[in-house]
Amino acid sequence: MTKKVPLYYGAMGLILIAVGIFQSWTVAFGILNLCLISAIMALGVNMQWGYAGLFNVGIMGFTALGGLAAVLVSMAPVQEAWSAAGGDLFLSLLCLAGTIAAILYARRTVSPALKRYVTLALLVAGYFLISHFFIPATERIEAIDPALSGYLGGLGLPVILAWPIGGLVAAGAGWLIGKISLGLRADYLAIATLGISEIIIAVIKYEEWLSRGVKNVTGIPRPVPYEVDLVETDWFLSAVSSLGLSDPSAAAGVFVKICYALLFIAVLAVIMWLAERALQSPWGRMMRAIRDNRDAAAAMGKDVKARHLQVFVLGCAVCGVAGAMLATLDGQLTPTSYIPLRYTFLIWVMVILGGSGNNWGAVLGGFVIWFLWIQAEPLGAWFMTVITMPLPEESGLAQHLMAGSVYMRYLLMGAILLLVMRFAPKGLIPER
Amino acid sequence: MDIANAFALLSNFVIVPAIAYGAQLALGALGVTIIFGILRFANFAHGELMSFGAMAAILATWFLQASGVSIDPLPTALLALPVGILAAIAMALLTDRFVFRFYRRKRSNPIVFAIVSVGVMFLLAGLIRIIIGPDDQSFSDGARFLFTVRDFKKATGLEQGIGVKQTQLITVVVALVVVAALFWFLQKTRWGKAMRAYSDDEDLALLSGINPEKIVTIAWVISAALAAIAGTLYGLDKTYKPFIFLQILLPIFAATILGGIGQPVGAVLGGFIVAFSEVTVTYAFKRFLAYLGPQDWAPEGLVQLLSTDYKFAVSFVILVAVLLVRPTGIIRGKVI
Repeated sequence: MTKKVPLYYGAMGLILIAVGIFQSWTVAFGILNLCLISAIMALGVNMQWGYAGLFNVGIMGFTALGGLAAVLVSMAPVQEAWSAAGGDLFLSLLCLAGTIAAILYARRTVSPALKRYVTLALLVAGYFLISHFFIPATERIEAIDPALSGYLGGLGLPVILAWPIGGLVAAGAGWLIGKISLGLRADYLAIATLGISEIIIAVIKYEEWLSRGVKNVTGIPRPVPYEVDLVETDWFLSAVSSLGLSDPSAAAGVFVKICYALLFIAVLAVIMWLAERALQSPWGRMMRAIRDNRDAAAAMGKDVKARHLQVFVLGCAVCGVAGAMLATLDGQLTPTSYIPLRYTFLIWVMVILGGSGNNWGAVLGGFVIWFLWIQAEPLGAWFMTVITMPLPEESGLAQHLMAGSVYMRYLLMGAILLLVMRFAPKGLIPER
Repeated sequence: MDIANAFALLSNFVIVPAIAYGAQLALGALGVTIIFGILRFANFAHGELMSFGAMAAILATWFLQASGVSIDPLPTALLALPVGILAAIAMALLTDRFVFRFYRRKRSNPIVFAIVSVGVMFLLAGLIRIIIGPDDQSFSDGARFLFTVRDFKKATGLEQGIGVKQTQLITVVVALVVVAALFWFLQKTRWGKAMRAYSDDEDLALLSGINPEKIVTIAWVISAALAAIAGTLYGLDKTYKPFIFLQILLPIFAATILGGIGQPVGAVLGGFIVAFSEVTVTYAFKRFLAYLGPQDWAPEGLVQLLSTDYKFAVSFVILVAVLLVRPTGIIRGKVI
């Protein structure tokens, strides 16, 4: 730990406090919550990139899977849908399992020359068999009261449970994806993961029976109290008046955000502690050895592929947890909002700015970049105001530039990434 | 049995659109493959470069339209295309000079290049949205159709007609001309041969006295020109949407890898294969089969492999499948 770390974190804290004083505490805590989630995502990416040098550009997909888990765990089940199509869905699941088993069995027994053709034939046959049960079932589900449900719903469990489950779901997907794509060279791995993450989003977007797709799921239950209930509870009102605050509803909003922040800090602390422990353990040393000299590590008897898969799954799990937290915080799942620039590449900027291979750096990067991402809009607006000063008020150009100021954030992120890569490739807090 | 009608139906909904889309993908994939062959990295900014070239072409089109210049029935955008090409070339050379050259001198590994290209992508995305705004832009003018479905029906007396949009024909013609010129350049000219040599064996090429900086500059010029043409044609054929170009980047990568990285012929092949797969997998063959079957017979269901929603996802699946099954592509490309 260098002296720089507390200094940076202190400065970041002060900036957030300044936002609270000068803008409003609602804004400050709103930023803080997303900073915390971003920091967790950055930790996940840092495991893959910083520990093992895996270039995963599919973070968006794992985040979305976490969000999906939040829906499937916490929303109330739609009984009608289950009774209308549960049986057929179960049958299609059985067919899927059967197809996979048949393919695995065939690949073991058939001669190598025929392997590919047999696999393909089984795939096609399985596809038609599954869709025979599956398509009518999903149509029935989607027909049930489409304005309100039209999907299976979830399990109706407390939403906090969705966070570890989101991690597990993402880890499962990560294992499958890692198993098939980790053999590729770095930039191919990047393209493959980018493609896979888009496939995941497409499935969440269009399989309405599962996630309501573009109709969005709103009203995901909260792990914290609702503002409307707070302003009617006696202890809260008395606490507000004893603090000398005038507006209970605004105070309720801030209180809810603080509750979220505390939960998120707890999760971040746990993940951070585990990540640090892992990094300083013999396992962490081995991972760095594999990253820095793959062939030497392999010669020493380290199973490079298995270790890569392990760290890939861990990183995906962390991103899944963050995705579930994000959906919980938003209280909704909107598949169309998942775009690579915001959910994949932005996280990469965080990791690279913070310092690849250093967990404290990743967390700091998450904070700094998210803060800039949010504040770039007012900054951009201010910047555009300054450069359009000489223009008259009603000039078309000035108005056009003002409208474009939102997109200053892209320019800013690109500039940060390029400058860091060029002048400080180790990031703010370099690897020890 | 009614083969003529069946074929007309298929042409109108599958073959014609897929050829136009395939030509756009092929142009994009050629640009990616050339950068891959010479600079050896996956350029994530290529989609935004297409967008940038298209944007410049659109601005020039508007300027021409406002000055009353027109080459009716052809779209004005064709006149404006050189502006788009020049803008894209200027942008590519600028980014190379200020961003990529440094890493080339340091001999950084391909991942570093890829990450840096993500930075360039962000910059370009921001720049484009500030200049032209995030909304859809339609800039095609001139005649819309070469011949419409109705004309075709009148001329042939069939139940089903084929309509060909003028933009589709222009796309295919321009693509043919550009690809032919590129292949002539690579096969016949001194610099083209130097480029192929450099791509095959860098050290040997340097020993023979080939100037690497010049090769890289030519590669960027060609790649950017192709990007601008592909982007403009795509915008003409559909509409220009600034955010679509990150999405079209994946089909382009799919085409590149499917054809074999660093292989121009493969890029063209890959572009058409991806386009045809996207269109055929999501097309409902019900009416087509109904024409081929006996009288008054129609298959049950739509006979559609995947719902149209998954159109874009098809190319991602192709991409992932090719990477796993045969990462060298159809025509053996660079070794992974």
